[in-house]
Amino acid sequence: MSIATSSGRGGAGRRRLVHGVLPGFGLAMGWTVVWLSLIVLFPLVALAVKASGLGFGGFVKLLQDARVQAALELSFGAALIAALVNAVFGVLVAWVLTRYRFPGRALIDAAVDLPFALPTAVAGITLAALFAKTGWIGGLLAPLGIEVAYTRLGVVVALIFVGLPFVVRTVQPLLADLDREVEEAAATLGASRLTTVFRVLLPPLVPSILTGFTLAFARGVGEYGSIVFIAGNMPYLTEIAPLLIVIKLEEFDWVGATGIACVMLAISFSLLLVINLIQAHANRRS
Amino acid sequence: MATDQTFPLDPPRPRALPVPPPIGETVVARWTLVAIAGLFLALVLVLPIAGVFTEGLRKGIWAYFKSFGDPDALASIQLTLLVAVISVPANLVFGVAASWAITKFDFPGKSLLITLIDLPFSVSPVVSGLVFVLLFGAQGLFGPFLAAHGLKVIFAVPGLVLATIFVTFPFVARELIPLMEAQGAADEEAALTLGASGWTIFRRVTLPNIKWGLLYGVLLCNARAMGEFGAVSVVSGHIRGLTNTMPLQVEILYNEYDFVGAFAMASILAGLALITLVLKTFLEWRFGDELAANRRH
Amino acid sequence: MEIRIRDLAKDFGDFPALFGVDLDIRSGELLALLGPSGSGKTTLLRILAGLEAPTWGRVFFGDEDASATSVRERRVGFVFQHYALFRHMTVADNIAFGLTVRPKAERPSRAEIARRVQELLDLVQLPDLARRYPSQLSGGQRQRVALARALAVEPRVLFLDEPFGALDAQVRKDLRKWLREIHDRTGYTTVFVTHDQDEALELADRVVVLNKGRIEQIGTPDEIYDAPASPFVFDFIGDASRIPVTVEHGGVVVDGRRLALPVEVLGQGAATLYVRPQHWTIGAPDAPGALAATVAGTRRHGVSRRLDTTLGDGRAVEIDVPPETRVAAGDRLSLLPTRWRLFFADGAAAAVAPVRDPGRVAAS
Repeated sequence: MSIATSSGRGGAGRRRLVHGVLPGFGLAMGWTVVWLSLIVLFPLVALAVKASGLGFGGFVKLLQDARVQAALELSFGAALIAALVNAVFGVLVAWVLTRYRFPGRALIDAAVDLPFALPTAVAGITLAALFAKTGWIGGLLAPLGIEVAYTRLGVVVALIFVGLPFVVRTVQPLLADLDREVEEAAATLGASRLTTVFRVLLPPLVPSILTGFTLAFARGVGEYGSIVFIAGNMPYLTEIAPLLIVIKLEEFDWVGATGIACVMLAISFSLLLVINLIQAHANRRS
Repeated sequence: MATDQTFPLDPPRPRALPVPPPIGETVVARWTLVAIAGLFLALVLVLPIAGVFTEGLRKGIWAYFKSFGDPDALASIQLTLLVAVISVPANLVFGVAASWAITKFDFPGKSLLITLIDLPFSVSPVVSGLVFVLLFGAQGLFGPFLAAHGLKVIFAVPGLVLATIFVTFPFVARELIPLMEAQGAADEEAALTLGASGWTIFRRVTLPNIKWGLLYGVLLCNARAMGEFGAVSVVSGHIRGLTNTMPLQVEILYNEYDFVGAFAMASILAGLALITLVLKTFLEWRFGDELAANRRH
Repeated sequence: MEIRIRDLAKDFGDFPALFGVDLDIRSGELLALLGPSGSGKTTLLRILAGLEAPTWGRVFFGDEDASATSVRERRVGFVFQHYALFRHMTVADNIAFGLTVRPKAERPSRAEIARRVQELLDLVQLPDLARRYPSQLSGGQRQRVALARALAVEPRVLFLDEPFGALDAQVRKDLRKWLREIHDRTGYTTVFVTHDQDEALELADRVVVLNKGRIEQIGTPDEIYDAPASPFVFDFIGDASRIPVTVEHGGVVVDGRRLALPVEVLGQGAATLYVRPQHWTIGAPDAPGALAATVAGTRRHGVSRRLDTTLGDGRAVEIDVPPETRVAAGDRLSLLPTRWRLFFADGAAAAVAPVRDPGRVAAS
């Protein structure tokens, strides 16, 4: 691998911008940039270019379309509700997993990652089967008049499943690192357990809870596979935005599909920015 | 006078009064929280997994295995393996190269580069497929060129591979960057002063330090590559026996009301997910300090 | 507040961290718990504060049995080794915490809390840092804030766990003096844990030396330093030379030579003689009834000069002499201890009976 050696040395010597004495910078960086550009950047730019064909007026018209509006509302609304549920239960699960020792703890800890590992289509058909009126859970809920499958509630349920690990996994390491002395300090100062939890332990976790929440939310907005089976996909009612993209594509309305995709991308990139800001802020504090 | 200091262990000592636990929740609160968390997780995690296997076996074990005899089912398994075999190594090489450049050198724009590598995670799977349709589809940028040369990307294997590489793009790099960052460049620099060449340094110094982290990243990358649905669904065209991966085959069977077939196929994917989880947990347990994932997720 | 500890024991699993601890802490005193790591000193402090439950025994705060009360009810101030400040609260909020978490009926008014916080900030000499966050403070400043926070609840006792352990040498010295001043001004009964003998001897009214879960000695710094009750205390506190001897017929015999000591030693058998470097008199070589030593080297040691000498059997003995003393390597001397302690092999101190100098109590 003489290329690595020579190009690395040359790269570090010529341009003072790069610091590091090891060889291989040229090759590694070159490969990284080329591959990243080909696979990720170029396609995304192509998407933006295609969407620009829509023009500003076209975008407005697209967004005024009732079906598009309903789909975007459902995708964002359901993602928001699911992320909120996951924020609450995620903190609870992370708390139980880091704080208590009980039989089966390690198993449960491993199982939290299941939604990351389980293919979305599998999750989708399984949730649909479970929550159908004949399913294990749907059968229990039906007498109560609660319908999950083929309703908006079904979308939320699917997104809760998909987003569960995010909050747990962002909060867990911080919870484990929490200084035991801080709790003891609160107790010696006369704080009740509840006060200690809410005024001393949880506040430092807020940035990581927010990060996990945002990740779950972003994932929920774009989620497709786990929803399409349980949602019923009725236009204006239970049709999510990614599905509408697929439908528009099948109808050869490429521009429409691209337009919706652009709206979703813009929003998820903003969310990414928000996460980075939260992290930066949290890092400054500590 | 400090003389006989042997202490008596024998006489009964006054027992301390039962004291409330000094710090922490009461036993009741503790078990209530464990119960709530357990119930929630059972509802969300255990039931679905149990559901997959139950539905697959609904018509008996014979019907379950018979569904795999279908040539389309077999073709979809083969295709899934093929896509994973191409896209995982591609991302492996990229991940190593990117982490080497990012962690062993300082250059302007580093954090931007890291953000860009993470980008595919925040793109909806459907959009990830769509971008390749826009490039290589019939009305796409390269559509006419490809048509003129009789090449097919969309509704063919290359499209599936591209979409899969896109959605699994960050996995390996994401695991390696924090790990190599924490390890620093001192070992490699020491090897350099001892006269080792670049390739030798990587193979004999860096690789042994990161091998478990690398395996961890590859494991997650592979799970996603084999299970991806949204992105491949857009580029596949759902041609039976040709462009249907296992998740797509699940969809088709399900929509045709062949529930046993759908859940049987799904059960293989669920099994794959469980194996991934077991291996992942084993790696975390056995090589926890050699994985970046334990420090931040 | 006076604290009485009766037959206290604490096991962590099979490991006995403390046993048979009896201790009376006097109201208003500044008491040091001194010992090496693993001696149980921090465990003892945490049991007193209620952060740990004892396996056996009782703790009384005055006449009240504190064993049955939780940490919240004990009203103690605890300063943690790593300060344990609340990172997300300002200095002022940290100090006010103990007051703001009280039930509404007992909680002082907002203005009253603000006044108390300012008062405490003045006391700990950080009047202008109320709005800062802990991450913006130096280690010494954090320690002061931690103390102010503990004092804000007007505790009945103040406990400090290794209060200066994480600080630079210079800051430690300053804070030591400052803590003594605060103690004298506020009059709180104060117990602190340390592994640093200088800190304990310099700061405390009384020192409790702990080793392997039991109390080795309780006494004033002078008593601890001048009359260590056990070989452990002698080894742990200050420098000392150890010389193996035999006790025969009331005399101490080294290398077959009986030392000319002014007392008669009771008992019989092998023992170890402990002598501090500054407790020797030097005589001309081959003086009768003294140890024969050869100077191996000399070095400056604080205000004095330290001689490294070797006895006939090669055993090293350190001696402090005034710096102007003229000695050189190779010189031969004779040595006689002025103050010393003798411990038999089982750790028991040898009792002595006065022979010529009835007023002498050095070895009792």
